[in-house]
Formats: sequence, structure tokens, C-alpha cells
Amino acid sequence: MESIKDKVAIVGMGCTKFGERWDVGIHDLAIEATYEAIEDAGIGLEDIQACFLGTVTAPVLGVGGGLVSDALKLRDIPIIRNENWCTTGHIALMEAAMSIMAGMFDVVLALGVEKLKDTGYPGLGTGRGMHPVLEARRTAPGSFGMIAPAYFKKYGLSNEEGKKLIGQIAVKNHHNGSMCPKAHFHNEITLEQVLKAPIIAWPLGLFDCCGNSDGSAAAILTRSDMAKSFRDDPIYLKGVGVSTDSMLPHNRPEFGWTSFGAMVKSSQMAYEHAGIRNPREELDLAEVHDCFTITELAIYEDLCFSPRGGAREDIESGFFSLEGGLPVNVDGGLKCFGHPVGASGIRMTYEVYKQLQGKADKPERQIKNASRGLSHTFGGPPQTSAVAIFGNEKG
Amino acid sequence: MNQKEHIGQDFKVGLYNYEDEELFICHREIREVRLVMVGIESYGAYIPMLRMERELIGKSWGRRSLRGERSVANNDEDTVTMSSEAISDCLTGFDRNGVGGLYFASTSAPYKEKQSSTLLAKIAVLSDEVITGDFANSLRAGSAALEGAVNAVKSGSVKQMLVAASDCRLGYPRSDEEQLFGDGAAALLIGDTDVIANIVERVSFSNELTDTWRNPEDTYVRTWEKRWVLSEGYQKIMERAVSSLMNKCGLKADAVAKAVFSAPDERSYKTLGKKLGFNLENQLQNPLLSNVGYCGVAHPIMVLISALEDAQPGDKIIMAAHGNGADAFLIEVTKNITSYHGRRGIKKNLESKLLLTSYQRYLSYRGLLEAVPGEPFRLLPSATSYWRELDSILSCLGSKCRKCGTVTYPIQRVCYNCSAKDDYDLIRLSDKKGTLFDFTLDNLAGRSDDPVIVQAIVETDDEKCRIYSLMTDCDPSKVYIGMPVELTLRRLYEGAGFHNYSWKCRPVKN
Repeated sequence: MESIKDKVAIVGMGCTKFGERWDVGIHDLAIEATYEAIEDAGIGLEDIQACFLGTVTAPVLGVGGGLVSDALKLRDIPIIRNENWCTTGHIALMEAAMSIMAGMFDVVLALGVEKLKDTGYPGLGTGRGMHPVLEARRTAPGSFGMIAPAYFKKYGLSNEEGKKLIGQIAVKNHHNGSMCPKAHFHNEITLEQVLKAPIIAWPLGLFDCCGNSDGSAAAILTRSDMAKSFRDDPIYLKGVGVSTDSMLPHNRPEFGWTSFGAMVKSSQMAYEHAGIRNPREELDLAEVHDCFTITELAIYEDLCFSPRGGAREDIESGFFSLEGGLPVNVDGGLKCFGHPVGASGIRMTYEVYKQLQGKADKPERQIKNASRGLSHTFGGPPQTSAVAIFGNEKG
Repeated sequence: MNQKEHIGQDFKVGLYNYEDEELFICHREIREVRLVMVGIESYGAYIPMLRMERELIGKSWGRRSLRGERSVANNDEDTVTMSSEAISDCLTGFDRNGVGGLYFASTSAPYKEKQSSTLLAKIAVLSDEVITGDFANSLRAGSAALEGAVNAVKSGSVKQMLVAASDCRLGYPRSDEEQLFGDGAAALLIGDTDVIANIVERVSFSNELTDTWRNPEDTYVRTWEKRWVLSEGYQKIMERAVSSLMNKCGLKADAVAKAVFSAPDERSYKTLGKKLGFNLENQLQNPLLSNVGYCGVAHPIMVLISALEDAQPGDKIIMAAHGNGADAFLIEVTKNITSYHGRRGIKKNLESKLLLTSYQRYLSYRGLLEAVPGEPFRLLPSATSYWRELDSILSCLGSKCRKCGTVTYPIQRVCYNCSAKDDYDLIRLSDKKGTLFDFTLDNLAGRSDDPVIVQAIVETDDEKCRIYSLMTDCDPSKVYIGMPVELTLRRLYEGAGFHNYSWKCRPVKN
């Protein structure tokens, strides 16, 4: 197996405003993100040779590629849709990259889009398990929330200490998102607000849960050797990793609920491709899957940002803040930017792309001299995980 | 004793005519042995954890309250789930393969058309060669099922029959019945080996009157004028049945250790006992009305179990049930009762309770008030997929890998641990004890009348099998990792238009 490092580049990206987009439909969102991406790449729709679409809860079953061909009038090209829970956007990106590496296409569109606010319900819904009887009442917070009591117990945190610890992640992400024009929310919050918020799935309160949003993000990918013909500052793909472990950790003997094999393996795979030995030191920023605050905490350890059991120290020292050693979720993350499922992996990559180009929408939130960034999604009931690493120069 | 009366000089035994005297004598002896032996090998009972003080109901309506409290089935319970509990209690320590049949009796079965006894046989993991039958439509359905079971064993066609009786009847809002009724279940294992009590004799009377009834479209129990209902529908016919039984057996009232009757209310129960010459203090079994309520078909059997819990060898117990007539049984306790233990029965079920403090919630649990419709479930349920997985869903069977011994639920074809394919034994997990490995208190997954769902991962003590389930019958604020739990069959929801039953966990009952 050889490294995929520097074989593919991103030359254009787009991202819609995330949030409660009552006034637009799923087609409008796809159009908004795609047009920003092609304008950014300096190409026309006719230059796109294939499209990789990621969407999870599209309004009808059997959506296929029709959403793209009908909205954008992209016709007579392959349009391939995937659904892989919350990693859907990343999988679309990776499929696009693989099609280029295989030599099939030179210019492809990866598009993630989700219209959650047409369902009539504020969350992702009940019945998010794998079994229509045994898991009929599974919800996302009810499942991911399991990490918290198990983690608190393993590391000797009282419920109050644990709640305060993960609450700081919400405070950080809201602070970051408050400066981000396209984010769903723009409000700063205090730890006291987090602790007093209504419970969604104990111990997770309202502010421990990410935004339920509409949104879309798009990327134009090409061969690395062609990238400079599109723009001077293309962003190179350094490594990817995907891993799906048992999607029923609830039933799995001896499963500990504080660490997820899929997160560990997918990140190791990506680090290996990218030649990263010490992600804590070598990454300049990371956009990770903070669907719930406790998930972000588990990610710190599974992606080797923090040593096992060391997340607490790093959270409390501000290591993951904008000014810290490794800024995480600098655009607010799922928590504050919002989580339109199929779009999220590409939205995170959009932030990494802009940061590595030095083109963050507001100068005050630009990470100085950022050259290497990571995006990561984690989904399922759980667990399926995807990681992508990017750099602004070859090598 | 009395079977000899049936044996005439013309070699007749019941329906059989014997031409050959030798054959007749041989059969008579076999029958005599059987008749003496058939009785109760085991019992089990179930009273829901939830109890509601009658004062709460009375106050809600601004009317007089009856005394005490009544049991209330939780919103995930019905007559099948309650029977499942009683059967599980009853079969503790028994080899389930020996059970030859199951009769289910109720006036409030979950289906108008579809057998409940087959459901219960699958839940109890009985052989698929069992006789199953549902007895319905009458408060005497339980005693009819009991009579049927006794006869099935007597006939020699099966060695053991299970009888499960349960009811969850509804009285009209604000009525006396609403306060009086209780929910519960009872199960008896009828057999001919090591019985704890012989069922010695039985009499039956049919009595056609429209005293208590429900038309097909009715939710609530209808009655005609109470004085007539109690006089003609209860007192007279019960008195006749019990006296007839005592005459038939040559029994005087003072030879009876305990009298057990179905009891529409405390006063009528006592009046009947007094009329029949029983001492109200020590001969009339407490009818469980003040702390459980009138549990319909299950009621006389529940009170019988209560009597058996304190019975001594040689005790004679009379049990009578009414409902369009009356059935009365003479039951004689054997010495085996002294070594019969380990049942929750009535006593231990009474010790575990949670108070339901909202009358509105009671109405909602019974479907009389509508809960706000929740989000639609994203997974499509299906009768065929449910059926394919009955071993996991209803029987609570897990797979135990033959290579590495790992136990998993639901059944896995490929082992989680060693990836062995299709190499496992089935293991019944329904009565395994465990502890809570992890949980969340989910505020999104519940109904508006029961908003907090405890999402739970159970680890069984011995097999270390992980079972994802919801926790029921608990105070969510008192749930903790490491909490001792056990499994209980519940009605999860109405996916695909039928009742989706499966297993939940709950804090271990006493």
C-alpha cells in the first residue's frame, strides 16, 4: 500500500450559511455551495466530469444523483450518492479523490447537502439504531451520551466534575463560532449556562448537543500536478482514513465506551499516509466531530491529541482554544456551526482549506502560519469514522 | 376419593364403556392413581410495580374515595407481559421442556384475533409441540382454563400444563370500578408429580344473566343495577357452587383452612364468607382488594396463591370464581409445600412498588388520554422481520460461541470475539441477573406522558453478555452504573400495526 499524499488537490470550495434556512430547500442549498466552489476554482459547471454526492436524510428514499442533476442541470456525467451516517461528507470527498487517483477524471465535484429543518422535529429523530424493534427508541444523544458516564467512572470524575469538564468544550466552540459569519449560532455562552441548561440525555444538556441545521458544502478536486493551473494556493490532500467498526457497540461484549476503535484506526491510517508521527505537535488545527461535547473529549484521546486520560488537563489548560497548542473546531464545530449531516465533513474541510490559505473570513480568527490541518467525522449509533489531512504545500 | 362414585357395575368410567372387566379394572387403577396425583406443581404471580392511591382518583373527580391503593399496569404492560412475569415466576427451577401446554385466560387480551398463548409459549421458550389455547370473555375464563389443564393432565396426554391468567380491565372514569379494579397476573403449573396441592374436586354452575359485559366496541366494563349484579350474579351462585362442592366432598366449613373467592368488593366477599359459615378472621383469605384491587380473571388465582404462601400440609382450600355462573375447587395442600420456595408470588410482588402520583398519567397509560405523537421512528418495522427474529426478540435467546464461549445478544451468526461463523449454542437470557454497565437519561425518545427514557446497557453477571435495552419501572433519578438489574418482557410499541414485544431491564425486584 503506497501513500496517497499529494496526489490530489482541492482548488475550489463553497459553503452555505448554516442554520434554520426556512426560506430555501435542499436544491437551493446545493446550488449555493456548488456555485461558490466553482467560482472559487474559476471553472464552469461544464468542467465538472463527475460528482460525488453525500446526503443522509434526503426527503425521499432513492434520491440517487437526481438532486444534483435536477438542481444544477449537471447532466450526462456520473453522479454517485453515498450515505454513511455522519461521515457521509467525508466519504464523498474521498470517493472524489479516489476517482482522480484512479485516473478516471481530472476535475470532480464533492458535494454534501442536508435539509434537516423540513422534518418537523428539532433533533435527528428517534429510531436511530439498527433494529426496528430492539432499537426503536434509540436517539443520537441517547447513544453518544453513553460515553459520558463511562468516562466519568473510568477516570474518577464525579458527575458534577464531568459535566463541568465537557461544558468547557461547549463554551470554547461557541466562542469560536461567534466570530464565524456562516455559523448557525453566534452567541457566546458561559459555563454556568451550560450547566443550567435543560437535560437532553443525561448527563448531556442542551449546550452539550450540536446544532440541528440546514446547510451544504462543496469542493472541487483535481490532480495535484494540474492544481496550480486553477489557482496559486491549492490545498493538497495528505492522507485519508476511514474505519467502520461494529455499529452496535451497545451489544458488544467488553466494549468500554470511552474509546472507539473506528476513530483510532481511521486517524492512524490518515497519519500514516500524511507521514504524521505526532499529531499533537504537527497539526496546526483540527476540525473534529463534536456532535456532543463528550464526543469531542473522546476524540482528543482517540486521535492522539491528548494522552489517554489526559483530555482533562488539556481542556483545563486551554490547549484546544484558538490561542492554544492545537486549536480545535476553530469555526465553532458542529456545536455552534451546525450539523447538516451529509454536509459536515466538507464544511470542516472548507474551514481547514480557508485557514491553510490564510483566508479565514475574519482576520481575528485566522490561525497564524497554519500549514497542516485535519478534518474528522464520526457517525453511526456510533461507530464509523473518517479523517482527512490537508497541507498548503507539497511535501 | 370421589372418582369411585363414577365407577359403576356396568364398567363405565366417564365416557368409556369397558366390555372386558380386567381391562376396566386396569384402567380404573391407572385413573385412580392419576386422579389422586393431579394438582399444582408450582405457582407464580405478578403485580405491577405501579400503585395508585384510590384517594388520588377520588380527589381528581371530587368524589368519595375507596380505601387503599390499586395496582396499575405501566404503559408498557398488558395482560401478555404480566402473564410472562407470572409464568417466569412459576417456572423458576423447572425444566421448560417438560411443559406440554399453555392456556391463557383474560377478558383483556391484547389481540381480538390472534392467540396470546402462542406468544407466551414463545416468550417462555416452551417446546413448539405444546397445546395452546386462549380462554376469554368471562371472569370465569381462569377457572375454565384451570379445569381444562387439570383434565389434560388427567387424560394422560400431557404431563404438565401451564395456566396463565391476567386482566387489565377498565372501569368508567369516576366509577367505583375505576378505583376498585387492579391489574395483575397469576400462573399455575398443573401436573401429576410432586404437587404442592392436589386439585381434588370441582363443581361448575352456569348462570345466564347480563350482569357485567362489554360489547365489541366498549372500552369500559358495563354493569346492570349493582344490587342485582351482586345478588344474582355473585352471592347466590357462589353460595350454591361452594355449598355444592362441600356437600360433594362431605366437608364442613370448619374443616376448611382457607376460603378463596373472586371478590367484586370487600363487603360482598365477607357477606358470602359469613353465609357459608366461614370465620372471617382466620378462614377467609385476604382478597387483596385494599392493596391490589379486583384483578378480573386473575383475581381468584392470585388470592389462592396468597393462601398457598402460608399454607400447611393437609390444609383444605376452597377456591371459587364467579362470572356468568360459578366454579368451585377443593384444593388440598401436600407435604411438598414445606420444601417449596423461591417464588415472588404475591408477598414479594407486594413489597416492590412505585407510587403513581398522577391520575392523568394513569389515563394516558391506558390510552384514555392521548400523548403528543412523538417523532416517527426511522426504521421500518415489519411482521416478517419480527417473525424471523423471534428467538432473539421474544425468547430472549443469545448466542454462545462454541469456540471461545463469548455470549452475545441478540443472536449473532459471526462471533464478536473470534469470528467463528454459525458455531454457537442458544442460551436463554431472560432470567439472568446483571448490572447496569452504562446508561443515559434520554429526554427525546419518550412519550409526552413519560418523557424520560432510560437507555441502558446491561451486563449479565455470569456470561458478561451485553444487552442494550430501555429500563422500566424505575425512578430515573436513582439509576446508577453498577445497579443490579433483571430483564422483563414489555410491549415496546405498535410498529407495523401490531404489538412489538421485547425485553427491557428494571431494577431487581425483591
